[in-house]
Amino acid sequence: MEETTKRELVLSINGERRAVVARQAETLLFVLRDGLGLTGAKPGCLNGDCGACTVLVNGTPIKSCMMLAIETVGKEITTIEGLDDAPIQHAFVRHFAFQCGYCTPGFIMNAHALIERHPDADETTIQEWLEANICRCTSYQEIETAVKEALAAKKVETKF
Amino acid sequence: MVPFDFAYYRPQSIAEATALFAALERDGKRPLYYGGGTEIITLSRLNLVRTAAVIDMKAIPECRVLDASADPLVFGAALSLTELEEANPFPLLTKAAREVADRTARNQITLGGNICGQIFYRETALPLFVAEADVIVAGPYGVRQCRFNDLFHQQLQLGRGEFIVQFKVDRATATLPHFHRKRRKQGEVGYPLVTIAALKKDGAIRVAFSGVCPFPFRSAEVEAHLNDRSRPAAERIQAAVAAFPRPILHDIEGSADYRLFVAAKLLEDALRELGEEETM
Ligand SMILES: Cc1cc2nc3c(=O)[nH]c(=O)nc-3n(C[C@H](O)[C@H](O)[C@H](O)COP(=O)(O)OP(=O)(O)OC[C@H]3O[C@@H](n4cnc5c(N)ncnc54)[C@H](O)[C@@H]3O)c2cc1C
Ligand code: FES
Repeated sequence: MEETTKRELVLSINGERRAVVARQAETLLFVLRDGLGLTGAKPGCLNGDCGACTVLVNGTPIKSCMMLAIETVGKEITTIEGLDDAPIQHAFVRHFAFQCGYCTPGFIMNAHALIERHPDADETTIQEWLEANICRCTSYQEIETAVKEALAAKKVETKF
Repeated sequence: MVPFDFAYYRPQSIAEATALFAALERDGKRPLYYGGGTEIITLSRLNLVRTAAVIDMKAIPECRVLDASADPLVFGAALSLTELEEANPFPLLTKAAREVADRTARNQITLGGNICGQIFYRETALPLFVAEADVIVAGPYGVRQCRFNDLFHQQLQLGRGEFIVQFKVDRATATLPHFHRKRRKQGEVGYPLVTIAALKKDGAIRVAFSGVCPFPFRSAEVEAHLNDRSRPAAERIQAAVAAFPRPILHDIEGSADYRLFVAAKLLEDALRELGEEETM
């Protein structure tokens, strides 16, 4: 029999410390969803292609299907459940930037990080960042409008 | 989800990493060095990789060095591609890195992982070929420095238990005139149909390719044809393409003939942009 590699991990998620028992080989996505009940990050391709599983690790967007949970010990994880009235959430609702909504948490997490890191993002930067997410209902136009509106609001806020 | 168990180790030094590798190997764990982990995790899910232990290199300080003020420039193998892009110490490497996967994936994919992975495009190898980089390798017998081009034959020829610590690139070479282009079957994200990186040093063009063969390459014969100024550029390109190593990839992304056609077009662009139009 193979020995089990389960271990208790203490993760810092959305500002809270959460303890969870998980295999060392377990991905962050699986631990968030099945271990901690945080089902906002979605399993899509599980292959790094679609971005539905995107969360932030120390403010950086990461595809949680390709990262081990154990790698995030000592780091700050933010999932869609941790965003509280972020401007990008309102912009998505206002512009109806989704249809089925499955890709939305991933898009929002990536866009939120972009807005925080690069309030001055130009077209090229926006495209470069958002290319990491796929929307099968093809709401791309509305998503772009929402991201641009939230960026513009952030720019105004940053100037004061 | 990874369908089997493995243990995760995070050594803090080169010596600790190589000692761990040796101990785990003795225990029959078939350990793997672990950079960004993106390939290990995604291929494990498909049962194309199997291991009982991974050794994460991201806490080893030497693997995380990014020294843009040194000569030569030093890049740690565990730097993510986006860290390299943002610091931009070697513009040709930045251009190559930027075209790999997508930006979120590149927050995780490491330079060492891109070059040592099974997924054979290994596009960041191209700038290192043409810049004639050095590579620092650590293993059971200590740390050694070699020429990247001497160690890379289709893939990096590392001994069991060896890993890449760093790459070094001559500062002056990093600022030379260069050319980079990636052509995909469609879209802005995805594997290459053909990627080409070229650099001009002392009047001679150095060129490397990914997506043409099931391995990236730089070839002395190809470059000899390209730099033969006694012939018009069209003939130089034709001879260069005829001298490509074999096999030429022939798959769903593109047929062999189409890839060669695209490679010839990109060579034309490279020669023009690197100031060879007088012979075109
Ligand atoms: C979504 C996606 C898209 C991709 N698109 C492209 C693309 O467009 N172009 C392209 O070139 N590649 C592409 N790749 C391939 C990718 O660059 C490789 O799979 C790469 O191995 C991932 O890097 P990593 O750091 O995550 O590697 P890991 O998963 O950590 O490791 C991969 C392999 O490299 C070995 N390794 C890692 N670091 C070292 C080191 N320092 N020394 C020795 N061995 C080491 C590991 O032991 C393992 O065998 C893509 C991959 C994904 C997941
Ligand atoms: S589920 Fe992670 S990228 Fe698709």
